[in-house]
Amino acid sequence: MFDSRQRVIIFIFILVAFTFIVRLFYMQVIDDSYKEAAANISLQRIVEYPYRGIIYDRKGKICVYNIPVYDVMVLPKEVKKNMDTLRFCQLFSIPKEEFILTMTAARKYSKVKPSPFIKQLSHTEFAKIQDQLIDFPGFFISPRTVRGYDHKSMGVALGYIGEISAGRLDKYKAEGNNYYKSGDYIGIAGLENFYEENLRGRRGVKFMMVDVNGIQKGQYKGGIYDTSAIRGENLHSSLDLELQKFGEELMVNKKGSIICIEPKTGEILAMVSSPTYDPNLLRGREFSKNYMALQQDPLKPLFNRAMMAPYPPGSIFKTLQALTALQEGVIDSNTTWSCIQDVVHCHPHPQPCNLRQSIQWSCNPYYLQVYRKILNQNKSGNTFLDTRIGFEKWRDYMTSFGIGQKLGIDMPSEKKGILRTVAYYDRIYGEKHWKYSNVYSLSIGQGELGLSPLHMANMACILANRGYYYTPHFVRKIGDKGEPLPQYKEKHVTKIKPEHFEAVITGMRWAVQQGTVWSQARMKSLTICGKTGTAQNPHGKDHSIFICFAPMDNPQIAVATVVENSGFGGFVAAPIATLMVEKYLNDTINRKNLYDHMLTRDFIHKDTTEKEDNGKGRKAGKNH
Amino acid sequence: MARDEKLVRTIDLPLLFMYMALLFLGWLTIYASELDVNANLPPWDLSISSGRQLLFIGTSSVLIILIMATDYKFYDIFSYFIYGAVLLVLVAVLGIGKTVAGSKSWLGVGSFGVQPSEFAKFAAALALSKYLSNPLIRLDRWPDLYRAAAIIGVPAILILLQNDTGSTLVFSAFIIPLFREGLPPWIPNLGVGVVFLFVLTLIIPQTWLLVIIGILAVVFFFLIDKTLNNIIALVVIALVVCGVVIGANYFINDVLQPHQQNRIKVLVNPNIDPLGVGWNVTQSKNAIGSGGFFGKGYLEGTQTKFNFVPEQSTDFIFCTIGEEFGWIGSLVVCGLFLGMLWRLVFLADRQKLKFSRVYGYSVAAILFFHFTINIGMTVGLMPVIGIPLPFISYGGSSLWSFTILLFIFLKLDAHRGHMLARDAG
Repeated sequence: MFDSRQRVIIFIFILVAFTFIVRLFYMQVIDDSYKEAAANISLQRIVEYPYRGIIYDRKGKICVYNIPVYDVMVLPKEVKKNMDTLRFCQLFSIPKEEFILTMTAARKYSKVKPSPFIKQLSHTEFAKIQDQLIDFPGFFISPRTVRGYDHKSMGVALGYIGEISAGRLDKYKAEGNNYYKSGDYIGIAGLENFYEENLRGRRGVKFMMVDVNGIQKGQYKGGIYDTSAIRGENLHSSLDLELQKFGEELMVNKKGSIICIEPKTGEILAMVSSPTYDPNLLRGREFSKNYMALQQDPLKPLFNRAMMAPYPPGSIFKTLQALTALQEGVIDSNTTWSCIQDVVHCHPHPQPCNLRQSIQWSCNPYYLQVYRKILNQNKSGNTFLDTRIGFEKWRDYMTSFGIGQKLGIDMPSEKKGILRTVAYYDRIYGEKHWKYSNVYSLSIGQGELGLSPLHMANMACILANRGYYYTPHFVRKIGDKGEPLPQYKEKHVTKIKPEHFEAVITGMRWAVQQGTVWSQARMKSLTICGKTGTAQNPHGKDHSIFICFAPMDNPQIAVATVVENSGFGGFVAAPIATLMVEKYLNDTINRKNLYDHMLTRDFIHKDTTEKEDNGKGRKAGKNH
Repeated sequence: MARDEKLVRTIDLPLLFMYMALLFLGWLTIYASELDVNANLPPWDLSISSGRQLLFIGTSSVLIILIMATDYKFYDIFSYFIYGAVLLVLVAVLGIGKTVAGSKSWLGVGSFGVQPSEFAKFAAALALSKYLSNPLIRLDRWPDLYRAAAIIGVPAILILLQNDTGSTLVFSAFIIPLFREGLPPWIPNLGVGVVFLFVLTLIIPQTWLLVIIGILAVVFFFLIDKTLNNIIALVVIALVVCGVVIGANYFINDVLQPHQQNRIKVLVNPNIDPLGVGWNVTQSKNAIGSGGFFGKGYLEGTQTKFNFVPEQSTDFIFCTIGEEFGWIGSLVVCGLFLGMLWRLVFLADRQKLKFSRVYGYSVAAILFFHFTINIGMTVGLMPVIGIPLPFISYGGSSLWSFTILLFIFLKLDAHRGHMLARDAG
């Protein structure tokens, strides 16, 4: 009876066993997600943080080093319910509310993964709590390093490091860069940012097997997947810490920049952006608080004016106009014009001037003629078309000087400044509706032109080198035996032949000896060649600008200085720049009075009543 | 003496070998699943599970000898007596039992404890076999059916009162021997249908399900011959189905305790209780799934060894097999169980006595139920019901109970010739 039912039962048995075997085949052989999940929970990645590279100055002095700090970590799962919270709070001098808040956040993040509880204890703080921590199960110490400085300068150049932001982390993830994890430190500005990959080194990872309570149970597969940390490379910067400090001191109470470059190599010796900040503010536990304060400071200390602020260059631009005209053959060094002030004003000086004298005295009408000669070379009968052709040609020269473009310095956020195109003027005036008289302000470095102090310093290098430059850069050696980045070994030759420089440089020498430079700033021992600039601007008193290099025949240093709203170039920027030259070349200051005087000048807090006599309404009238 | 020699020859060797293979595999796995890399204890150390399991295996051998030495007629004659004695113990447990993990199912003397519910299985199997061996009993008659159901139901209810749902559900396995002995097919079919609807109510919201049933009813209305009987039948079926759906919903949401609800709901949504039942199932699947084709190697599994999988030597023992021996190991275990079940059914059907046949089917059914639920649970196909994997899971009571269950049948099978002789005589 019912014997056929045996087959039904056998069939059900086979069906179930077969289902399991298929299901298991899928889980164990085909689907890899279980393997990943299993590895994620039973393997603990222990990260070994590498030592971040040190930054040296050109003389081997340490600009940035590492300080060990100690993070107190918490593993919520192991924290005892009856722990003595009061004693813990007293030990670390934190309020109870903060304890509760941090603990809740840590629990929320993970019960079995450690989170930082108190960050960056100093060595002394650590020594104090070290023995007592054992009474608080679930809390342990994780050593890290932060940056340390033995000085208070170089803020904007060095930059700073900080915890990677969620936004940046997402961006990197999207780009396929999975190096960083939440809580990692990363270079955020300056050299710390640009050379992040060299400085950071390579993190080491150890895989440990852990049980469900997070307790380590030995190396995974004998450690074959472990990697050890590789320390970061040291950077040997071209900065001169002493010169930098000296420059920052001179710029106290002034807004502006100083950039010093070694012309033969493009190595930056000093980059001052004033007002600046003490790099010690942006390290350690006070980072956020101090960062907010700096961010909100109306004087913008975090803003690197030296490579981000565009200024009309004013009269220093005359050097480039003269060189362009000489190369184009539209003037020669003996071309002479009178100082006829029908279009622009000038200041009293001997006249008529030849080319050398025009630089020495910074004659405005002379350069109106020069620029007209460059733009209108009678290549076309139509004066509009002729200006167009001339302008294109002139613009090519300017581009070869690096103007209107990023030079490619080894620092993030460099700005390209302003150099307009033909198309721009076409848009403003209409095609073939503009000519020399529309753009003549450019002849004396006013109008639609913006150069950062870095561009100006690069100009000084081109003049010092008689026609070429190396891209300005901060790092001469990556690693202790390394080289600079390849792009900084590449010589950029401008469109000016070396023979054309003699007249301009002589004029610059005369300007310092007996010209537009303030007599107090002259010095006999060094053959400084310079050019003043006084840039009109809508923000108040003129910007005082000066570029120079020295010595005349074998230039060691080129300098550009901009002091905002401080007046005539010869009176403020020139003394500061020549003091920088003197400091760098002689290492001592003989002009003690001048030095003291410049230290006391204050163009930020003092009332700038003098600006009233600027003569508003006159265009390009006060260029010296 | 001659009879004893014959006994060794007549005991079914394939089943004996499969039994020993599972026992050996289980013992290896128990050692692996609770391996403490730091303690470095030998597998026979009595402070660890594998050491104690060795003890249980040893006592099981004694049990086997006792069973084999007992007269085969004993089980037939004393089946109701054994059944009654076990029922008494089950009642006693309700009074003086120890509560372990929420179930009051342990009867203990000192540190030594047994779970009487484990022994209720073979007792109920014996009683049911005895009852059905009466040639006058017919399972298509309600009174006989009621009595058979009572034999199965009484111990089941007593165990349910101990709050041991898993062991209670095992008694539903007796539907297989009943079916073999002539249970009307609509009863198991109804059971399958209800389970099917039950699963549907988990996946589809109740309102939608009722709408679907309504639409199906309308479709069928146009397909059938529109006789009065057919229409009434259609309406009744539709109403019953709706009733089952509503009932199942009510049962899941209002009768079951939250942790039991989750055990069922986690089947369709593994994230429902990520740190409770969801955790167990997720970790279990991770462990098995990470084993790959050949496994991580014996004692190399990390998920079970480091306690990510709960109950890793008892209910979730299969995880260690899956992790360390891979798909090949899983295949061997499934193959051994299927082989055992097949052999049991084959042997049961060659019995001359109905008593032995019903008992054989009962053994197969109980093993089948444990196999299905236990492995199904570890791979996420069945709800988490805490019942052991026969012969493999750690535990004295369960090993003894399964050994007794199996070897009584082997004893009966060894004497099938004598029975024939007696019956013929």
